[in-house]
Amino acid sequence: MTGFLLRRLGQSLLLLWLVSVIGFAVLHLAPGGPLAEFTLTPGMTAAELKRIAHQMGLDRPLPVQYWEWFRRMVVGNWGRSYRDNQPVLWEIGARLPATLELMISSTLIAVLLGTWIGVLGAVRRYSIFDSLATVGAMIALSIPTFWFGLVVIYIFSVLLGWLPPGNLHTTGNSSFLNYAWHLIAPATVLGLVTVAIWSRYMRSSMLNVINQDFVRTARAKGLPQRVVLLRHSLRNALLPMIAIAGLQLPTLLGGALVTETVFTWPGMGRLFLDSIGYRDYPVVMGILMLSALMVIGSNLVADILYAVADPRIRLR
Amino acid sequence: MTDQWDGLLRGAMARAALSRRRVLGAGLAGAALLGLRPGVARAAPPAKPTGQVVIGFSQEPTVFNPLMPHIEVDQGVHLNLFSPLWLPNASGDFVPELATELPTVANGGISEDGLTWRVKLRPGVTWHDGQPFTADDVKFSFDLINNKNFRAWLRNGFNLMQDIKVESPTEISWRMAKPYAPFLALLSWTFIVPKHILAKAADPNTSPFNNAPVGTGPFMWKERVPGDHITLSANPHYFGKGPYLETVVFRYIPDLTVMFTQFQTGAIDYIGLQGITADHYNQAKKLKDRTIVVGPAPFTESITLNLSRPQFKERAVREALYAAMDNKAIIDQVYYGLPSPTVTFLPRQSWAFNPHLAPQKYDPAKAKAMLDAAGWKPGAGGVREKNGVRLAFLNSTTAGNHVRSTAQQLLQQNWRDIGAEMTIKNMPPAVIWGDYFNLSHYDSVMVGEDMMYGGDPDVTTYFSSKAIPAKGGAGQNTMEYVNPEVDKLLQEGVSTFDRAKRQKVYWKLEDIIRHDLPQLCIFQYVTIEGTKKGLIGYQPSVYVSCNTWNVKDWYWGTS
Repeated sequence: MTGFLLRRLGQSLLLLWLVSVIGFAVLHLAPGGPLAEFTLTPGMTAAELKRIAHQMGLDRPLPVQYWEWFRRMVVGNWGRSYRDNQPVLWEIGARLPATLELMISSTLIAVLLGTWIGVLGAVRRYSIFDSLATVGAMIALSIPTFWFGLVVIYIFSVLLGWLPPGNLHTTGNSSFLNYAWHLIAPATVLGLVTVAIWSRYMRSSMLNVINQDFVRTARAKGLPQRVVLLRHSLRNALLPMIAIAGLQLPTLLGGALVTETVFTWPGMGRLFLDSIGYRDYPVVMGILMLSALMVIGSNLVADILYAVADPRIRLR
Repeated sequence: MTDQWDGLLRGAMARAALSRRRVLGAGLAGAALLGLRPGVARAAPPAKPTGQVVIGFSQEPTVFNPLMPHIEVDQGVHLNLFSPLWLPNASGDFVPELATELPTVANGGISEDGLTWRVKLRPGVTWHDGQPFTADDVKFSFDLINNKNFRAWLRNGFNLMQDIKVESPTEISWRMAKPYAPFLALLSWTFIVPKHILAKAADPNTSPFNNAPVGTGPFMWKERVPGDHITLSANPHYFGKGPYLETVVFRYIPDLTVMFTQFQTGAIDYIGLQGITADHYNQAKKLKDRTIVVGPAPFTESITLNLSRPQFKERAVREALYAAMDNKAIIDQVYYGLPSPTVTFLPRQSWAFNPHLAPQKYDPAKAKAMLDAAGWKPGAGGVREKNGVRLAFLNSTTAGNHVRSTAQQLLQQNWRDIGAEMTIKNMPPAVIWGDYFNLSHYDSVMVGEDMMYGGDPDVTTYFSSKAIPAKGGAGQNTMEYVNPEVDKLLQEGVSTFDRAKRQKVYWKLEDIIRHDLPQLCIFQYVTIEGTKKGLIGYQPSVYVSCNTWNVKDWYWGTS
């Protein structure tokens, strides 16, 4: 186990370093730059742009810029945003709670709903419910999140007036209920794709389990259906889902980019999009590194959890 | 997922494109000018600041030190937190703010030769933290702009200042290296910052002040939730009239469609900056309890040409291209008939706008005849040629702006009709407005530009032969336009403070540029913005970058 951990940690660090080099190179070598947003402001001149670029250190050779960035990043100084002049970690920290709130609640919806649909679909295979769930999952996977979000806003906010059209909370009202009310639509929209994926995996995993001998034995013992399903089958069927949960993180992060824009949710996804648009290199790099860290880390955790949950698996 | 990512990134670029008010393409739609009149208030303003207004911006204000590089949306916040010495009102007249009067040659504030300036300051003004405002703060602000370690916004004009002297706590004087008339306007966009806070900062570029600004303006900083909103509250010690609102919230809504929905559902009280988009205009007009205002914007949409390209060197070619443009069709079909056609770079609201310029006329037959006469003969594929040069060129604008690209396609057709081949090559904003534009790597661009810094018509930066960056010049003459007479007029225009004299100079200048056609002007932009009914005081102005310049005059009427 220790050997496995050390090896995986080493691999992860190497991977992170590669992400940083490639990310930095691609970002800086792409045409355009962070000062383009000032070009068309009245009175701007080439000389002033050149001076500002020099003051920001943008005219130094790329390897020098990378080394400067890397040296500081390792010790926790991730640089300052070109737009706000605030430390990158502060920028991310200010957005992280909103994103986590959204991701956790949508994951919760996805896991609960997805497990229920998957289990029911497996138990009542080829029933009307199962067919509907299959078609529904295909539709949910095919709908572009951006469009779906706008439709939800149109129906539930504009036409019916039941839900707010986005934002974290009503200006001037920061009660828990107000937050929760604002969370419903974006969490559902973001969770929808995951529900679809999760329910499909859950269904096949469950199907796999309920046809096995020990389940038949449990039934033969005369155990009630509920116990057979929940205690014997579900627990085993959930095992492979641990790995899938780890793989869901990138999907969630990607979906959050869109959802946060549609629902004006002040999270990391929007920060990332804005920062790319403005070529705010330090912030883009910061989010890139953090996302890589989260994805690599969650995969590692999933692997370890897998071993813990399933005694048949030994990590070497 | 790949498609989703592609679409996403494209969307991000488009948003960033839209995030400039000047690249207003998508923000246009048609109908009559409604024009709110500030004088027709239905109720008197409240005795003490009451209520709140939520302002929706499709771009996030992020820069709160007003002397650092910023864009329009940032100015929209600065105008409420800080005060300049004087500020242009909606008709372009300077109104004293921190100064007690506007310095003129007549009142002795500016010497006859235009070299010595003397400004009297308002006594009894305090910063939001209670400290008194004095001439020291003004001197400090000027010095900071010229401080070589400070990442200052524009130094143009400030680098001419010498011997800045604090005469008394309420008077400051300085000398200029040469007379420079636009400096009045430059100062009107220069907000004074507090010495007692910034002088203590180890590095003014990263001072905590940058995220907790202290000003002398009508509203005070309360909080900022990054990526979401900024809250300001009324300054009870404001030196001027107002403010009448207790709280002002600037909410950032990154998508224009989403912003409109929030306006529709009442989550925001005022929809600003890019405002309402073309496809929502008719719907907006029908909204209950909303006032939609179509106002002038200082941006001129044009096809800006790179005159160093052999195709564009001859004036006859440029004139023929201009005559072949069906500008009316662009305005009516693409922009819903709302913007007004123009042939010059200044908005018609400017005091220097020349109303007597020859209008552009769509006449393809005449265009063909001109090209024939100039020796451009149809060659392979119907594209005209002369001395081995084909009349073919690229046209670029910000990618993702569908309205613009429709207009490009119309022009492509117009020009194909006379034997000129235009190829569309659009790019993300961070690319096109980088070196590609600045160093004249383009053939032609479709761009909406506001050339008036502080509302002044001085355009030396854009048309002087010494301002060509590709040739080592300091300005933004990326067209590489050279005309000695224009150079002379530009010099004349900044050397006198007499507005009547300056007006004559600029009229002549516009006439020459209209004749030379370094840019083929199409129309002047409008903004379509809206407020909830009952919100009184909103007034668009072409003399500022953002229409939240007078929130101190806003209040809720009884409706």
